[in-house]
Amino acid sequence: MIEIEKVYKSFGKLDVLKGVDLTVARGEVVSIIGGSGSGKSTLLTCINGLEPIQSGRILIDGTDVHARSTDLNKLRRKVGIVFQQFNAFPHLTVLDNVTLAPRKVLGMSRAEAEEIAVKQLRHVGLADKLKVYPSRLSGGQQQRMAIARALAMSPQYMLFDEVTSALDPLLVGEVLDTLKMLAEEGMTMICVTHEMTFARDVSQRVAFFHQGILAEIGPPDQIFGAPQHPETQKFLSNVR
Amino acid sequence: MFDYTFQWRQAYRHLPRMLEGALVTLEIAVLSLIIGIVIAVLLAVARDSKSIWLRAPATAWVEVARNTPALFQIYMAHFGLGSFGIYLSPYVALLAGIAFNNAGYLCETFRGALRAIPETQTRAGRSLGMGQAQTFRLIVMPQMFRISFLPTTNQMVWAILMTSLGVTVGMATDLTGITQNLNARTFRTFELFAMAAVLYYLIAKAVMLAARLIAWRLFRY
Repeated sequence: MIEIEKVYKSFGKLDVLKGVDLTVARGEVVSIIGGSGSGKSTLLTCINGLEPIQSGRILIDGTDVHARSTDLNKLRRKVGIVFQQFNAFPHLTVLDNVTLAPRKVLGMSRAEAEEIAVKQLRHVGLADKLKVYPSRLSGGQQQRMAIARALAMSPQYMLFDEVTSALDPLLVGEVLDTLKMLAEEGMTMICVTHEMTFARDVSQRVAFFHQGILAEIGPPDQIFGAPQHPETQKFLSNVR
Repeated sequence: MFDYTFQWRQAYRHLPRMLEGALVTLEIAVLSLIIGIVIAVLLAVARDSKSIWLRAPATAWVEVARNTPALFQIYMAHFGLGSFGIYLSPYVALLAGIAFNNAGYLCETFRGALRAIPETQTRAGRSLGMGQAQTFRLIVMPQMFRISFLPTTNQMVWAILMTSLGVTVGMATDLTGITQNLNARTFRTFELFAMAAVLYYLIAKAVMLAARLIAWRLFRY
């Protein structure tokens, strides 16, 4: 379970998150929508401790992410994240991109790590690209590789930060299909997204962020069908 | 006016001795590069560190190495330290001087390359549970070496040519040292130094070729 309690986060004088509360249960898929600069992506980087917070706390299975005593490297094995920019490691082949962390962080042998990597890459449809360098892949393929790379660590939670925003419209579908597949398999996911159809079809709950505040949260039918908050109404009428 | 008689045959007889010297030159150049690269990586990290205790000495190193003559640096390693009772042999002083110079220049080359690697690469590494040092070693450093490859080869050639300065601290076994001694004995100045120049050229070419091969092997992407 991910518990976010009264989280405040600022970059210098700029307040990005102003007291966010959100609880995500095991197996749940929550989509976060909202305008640019509303703090959606920042929240994800706070959840896996890539960014510090000013107050409040975030618990993952009861472990306080920002406590001094917390071993973040260990915690991050539980929480995979995929970014908008795919962040493929350009100097490693697709297979090595995926086996690197299992070998170096989990201490697996090359054979063990490759077995898992091949399984994950097959899962996302890249089994024929093992020996290829990322520069030879399309954006959608690079993003699917990034997903396989995160999954190879067997995380219990996955965070997706606008994973389709940097993609050619033609390639968005293949990545969203991969996310749908993961959701159907029961992965706990928080997806920051601009894909409203995806948010509606795949998530159990949709959260709307506005200026650092979680303005409204509820089942997709409610958020898309009968939004309560005026800002949600305004945002959705502009999106459509 | 032009009454110098070339005596190549006489000079050629000394070629084996000069080749031995060329090997010593190559050895010093390669060692100084390896030491220089290792120190340069550490300096590059230290120069971007938050701690002034790391940043200040690293900056001082780079400033001195890049803004004073290499000759001065080699002199200091031999005669300068000698004044304090630390005696380095000509070989060690030459090696230390050139390694010092290499480290200073390569540090800045590497720092430039580090700027070219997106911060998100480090983020991606950290998000997979890798530590800071691990991320640097496995993800950032290999990309840094690739980006800085061409300017690094410049320094490789410089390192080879700088070894000729060793003669000023009494280095007698490298190519310049041996050529100098042969010249003093035979006065075949033009022939001997022309041969030495060709050998330097060949050493530089050989090192560049080796660097290309290594790069071709390592940077497949």
